[in-house]
Amino acid sequence: MIQIRVEGKSFGALKVLGRIHLQIQAGERVALTGPSGIGKSTLLRIVAGLDQEFEGQISRPDSLAIVFQEPTLLPWRTALDNLKLVHPMLSTSQAASMLSRVGLEYKEDVFPLQLSLGQQRRLSLARAFSGNPDLLIMDEPYASLDKGTAQKMLALTQDLVKEHACSLLFVTHAVEEAEQLCSRTLTLTACPQGAQLS
Amino acid sequence: MDARLAPFLSLLALMLLWSVAALLTQDPQVLPTPWGLVPRFAEEAASGELARHLSTTIFRVLWAFGLAMAFGVILGFVMGRYRGINRWLDPWLVVFLNLPALVVIVLCYLWIGLTEAAAIIAVTLNKVPNVATVIREGARALDPKLDAMAHVYRMGTVARLRHVILPQLAPFIAAAARSGVAIIWKIVLVVEFLGRSSGIGFQIHLYFQLFDVGMVLVYSLSFIAVMLLVEWVILQPWERKTNRWRTA
Repeated sequence: MIQIRVEGKSFGALKVLGRIHLQIQAGERVALTGPSGIGKSTLLRIVAGLDQEFEGQISRPDSLAIVFQEPTLLPWRTALDNLKLVHPMLSTSQAASMLSRVGLEYKEDVFPLQLSLGQQRRLSLARAFSGNPDLLIMDEPYASLDKGTAQKMLALTQDLVKEHACSLLFVTHAVEEAEQLCSRTLTLTACPQGAQLS
Repeated sequence: MDARLAPFLSLLALMLLWSVAALLTQDPQVLPTPWGLVPRFAEEAASGELARHLSTTIFRVLWAFGLAMAFGVILGFVMGRYRGINRWLDPWLVVFLNLPALVVIVLCYLWIGLTEAAAIIAVTLNKVPNVATVIREGARALDPKLDAMAHVYRMGTVARLRHVILPQLAPFIAAAARSGVAIIWKIVLVVEFLGRSSGIGFQIHLYFQLFDVGMVLVYSLSFIAVMLLVEWVILQPWERKTNRWRTA
């Protein structure tokens, strides 16, 4: 179970997040929506352990994966190495099989910049699931993709989340994406004391 | 035309220019022709003197280059990553960047003595600030998103350094190395000129006193040839290899 107890987060005098208490059960898929600049990504960074300067406490599993807004790959390493270097326990055949699972068969030796944006996002997804995470955090992973590609990626993510039975915290602007992928949707709304869940 | 021929043709053009200037000068004491140097070069090579002085200078260049790159990369990286440390060390860097090479060399010889260690330390001290300045810019430009990725996926320190940080710093390290080799060997020559009894710089000093332009050219051109070889055989292939992902 993931327990998020944020009492507040500020950048200088600017209070970004207010009191946010949230529990995510094992295998539960939770979507987080809200207008731009409300603090969704800030909350994700706190949950992922990337931002430690906040009031509150987070209880999260050790096995964690994140899919950023941009693919955030190692452009100087091949697709296969992007999986194996991040997950050293992964064998070459397991890494190749994961690439194949996300539709990147025969792309093992290709560098990320040789892939299309959609393919780079598939590689990013493969990297996230290669570590069998207990919690997957996704920060608007389909932004800047065309509708068709985004839909395919959404379906692929849905299948992989089911296969791996991991918990999911999914940030998106698109309510339809949230409804398709998650069982619970929460919205961050602006308050004078910082954004809160509604 | 094959693009690989361009550097050779360019050097050939330089040689042609030198030949024309030498023929117009008509005084081998002032500017000998390239072919006029061949017998003297062969003589020095056969006697073993050229190899002895060349290897001594290369030894000093390698030591100073290795030390300057090691200290400069560490210092630049730390200064680029930690603002607090940068605030304290930046004034030092500015002081050392603006300290004339000659002052550092003379002070090292005065404080340490006319020794091999003093020579290498003097050259290293001259180059470290330049390397640190270039690497600091590289460290400041490191992608925070990749940092976050490495943090979340708990990449080990060595893996993070090798696969996330160093590839991003590679162009900066290559730039510092290239300018480093070029500058270090020039400073080594000054160091040898002022206080050593061997090396290309010492030989240039010797033939300068004898007003022998030909031998000054034989020794300096021999070392330039070595440096060109380093550039073509080591630096450029290494750069091509590390940049393969950009051009693939």
